[in-house]
Amino acid sequence: MPIPAPPTNVRVVTFQIDGRDYSAREDETIIEVARENGIPIPSLCYLEGLSTWGACRLCLVELAGSPRLVAACATQVAEGLQIYTDTPRLQRYRRTILELLFAERNHVCSVCVSNGHCELQALAQRYGLDHVRVPYRHVAYEVDASHEMFRVDHNRCILCTRCVRVCDEVEGAHTWDVMGRGSDCRVITDMNRPWGASDTCTSCGKCVQVCPTGALVKQGTSVGEMTKDLHFLPYITRRRHNR
Amino acid sequence: MSRTITIEPVTRIEGHARITLQLDDAGKVSDARFHLTQFRGFEKFCEGRPYREMPALTARTCGICPVSHLLASNKACDDLLSVGIPATAERLRRVMNLAQLVQSHALSFFHLSSPDLLLGWDSDPASRNIFGVMQGHPQLARDGIRLRQIGQQIIEMLGGKKIHPTWVVPGGVNEPLTAEKRDAMLALLPEGLEIAKESYAFFKTLVPKFHQEARHFGDLQTLFLSLITPEGDLEHYDGLIRITDAHGHILEDMVPPSEYQRLIGEAVEDFSYMKFPYYKPLGYPRGIYRVGPLARLNNAESCGTPYADVALAEFRTLQESGPISSSFHYHYARLVEIIFALEMMKRLLKDPQILDHRVRARARSNQNEGIGVAEAPRGTLIHHYRIDDEGLLTWMNLIIATGHNNLAMNASIRQVAEAYVDGANVQEGMLNRVEAVIRCYDPCLSCASHAFGQMPLQVDVADPTGRILATVRRG
Ligand code: SF4
Ligand code: SF4
Ligand code: FES
Ligand SMILES: [Fe+2]
Repeated sequence: MPIPAPPTNVRVVTFQIDGRDYSAREDETIIEVARENGIPIPSLCYLEGLSTWGACRLCLVELAGSPRLVAACATQVAEGLQIYTDTPRLQRYRRTILELLFAERNHVCSVCVSNGHCELQALAQRYGLDHVRVPYRHVAYEVDASHEMFRVDHNRCILCTRCVRVCDEVEGAHTWDVMGRGSDCRVITDMNRPWGASDTCTSCGKCVQVCPTGALVKQGTSVGEMTKDLHFLPYITRRRHNR
Repeated sequence: MSRTITIEPVTRIEGHARITLQLDDAGKVSDARFHLTQFRGFEKFCEGRPYREMPALTARTCGICPVSHLLASNKACDDLLSVGIPATAERLRRVMNLAQLVQSHALSFFHLSSPDLLLGWDSDPASRNIFGVMQGHPQLARDGIRLRQIGQQIIEMLGGKKIHPTWVVPGGVNEPLTAEKRDAMLALLPEGLEIAKESYAFFKTLVPKFHQEARHFGDLQTLFLSLITPEGDLEHYDGLIRITDAHGHILEDMVPPSEYQRLIGEAVEDFSYMKFPYYKPLGYPRGIYRVGPLARLNNAESCGTPYADVALAEFRTLQESGPISSSFHYHYARLVEIIFALEMMKRLLKDPQILDHRVRARARSNQNEGIGVAEAPRGTLIHHYRIDDEGLLTWMNLIIATGHNNLAMNASIRQVAEAYVDGANVQEGMLNRVEAVIRCYDPCLSCASHAFGQMPLQVDVADPTGRILATVRRG
């Protein structure tokens, strides 16, 4: 989505992605340019319209002349860059990252309300993830179904923090936060009170819509029935820019 | 010196189990036990999950009868919502249940049991399977495969997937039926009915040959438990519980399934993970009863469809009087039910209301306890859930069709072993008869253990000290 009214004094740079020439404003990130040009770079934590988080590392790309991989969502384009988005090395890494995500919590797609409409599942399919080579942790996480309309199933959460950001940055309620460290991390509502008891939650449902997995879902959905709609987000952000 | 014979794994049944034959000092069978050796603790890992996941979760206890779990589970969920589901949704669910009956019974009769029936219990085990049947009776084998396919195709057209459809949801179904699909299903039925009638007619001619088997393959004096319609007719999806005794006297009638706990107790034995349900008023183990096709036909006054009623009348002549007592006649009952299912599906699909768009009632959980009961191909299936106010499961109890028959299966093994197994000279054909009596019940052991995946069975022969003398393990 081109952001209207571009700020002045921004340079335009030229660079290559996968061997083809592109030009863009220097304050654009690699993933933004890639999306504008239909180049598929996988991502989970990145979402257009929200601030950058850079946590999932699925969007890693290679830069010619640098051994270090960079996150396409957190790296701006620059003059002369040669960017590679789909090398065998990247494919291997992405697959491993996905396996770790599946092993960390409990994903049973066949009984999940998001089955068939899940970004994590879609990526797993795209990268041919037919089995997981690391041992599953098999730690049971709770389900909080105390909210009238929504439910959070921590077993399906990948800690992308999209919910945290959309609630804070777009809705302005800041109901969500992240608590704990490492694999014990959990998204929480209102200082770790049940979602249903939250004073700040406006029940707008934005977090549910942006959640890439079956972690945040509507109550009353059965297996495979939870479809998400992200259209509201670019619409709202565009309106804000216009203001 | 007494000995024990173990048959494991019992082949051509679904799951993993073991049979132990205990011999006395004279080498005669003194006891026989059917053990389930695997346990999955399914109830445990459903705890804490949203009730709406239960249909899909419980359907995964079994790759053979997922539709039955799907229906019983959704009925328990309907109960949690405490709403009446739209009439069309109920009919559509009925069609799916009947299609499941056709495919499951076809699998049991043609694929699993016809090798014994057509080739003989003593025939070469290497070719005593559906491929062997294919050689000698190609038409019958093809018919069996086709019949099963018809059932599966109808399930697929309704649910979008042959196995584990997610089309049935709490409150109804999630999509109305289209005229195209209805017509496609109706087009399959005449061929299915033709095959069913021919197979039935053929099997009828064989029955007199099995006089011996009928006497020894679980010819038991037990009660029969099944659902029936309010009119007392054959019922598979809804209805009320009837229990009759071995003489055909009605002990319990028109009992709402929600009161099952008043009728059924569940005993535990240390030799098997499968529970032993019994009829409470008679106590354990006197309250032995059977469920499934044999019980349903014995309990029903009529089927309510033309050909099936003719077949039912013929079924009743298998014995001079009273309910049919031999478990060998489960096979016969299955063929009658296949005919019924095909006729009934046609009736349901011909009704224009089947295309109605109102197929789902929407509600949230309105009570904390829900019970769903349906007739699975193998017998009465009970799902019972408790949830907290937020809809998360706190407790569940499943009584699986195969479980109800546990006492009867043990009694049947003993009977057949006493008749056929000679401890001094154990022959494969004898042990195959022991297995075959289990196959009469078409047990689903993956369901009975609530275990994931498929399990294969074994027959052990043991002496009075418990020393294993012979083991037959196949499959
Ligand atoms: S959240 Fe996605 S990946 Fe996880 S179980 Fe559900 S569908 Fe599968
Ligand atoms: S709940 Fe969903 S949106 Fe929030 S962190 Fe977890 S996966 Fe991301
Ligand atoms: S999308 Fe870039 S790190 Fe997650
Ligand atoms: Fe089963």
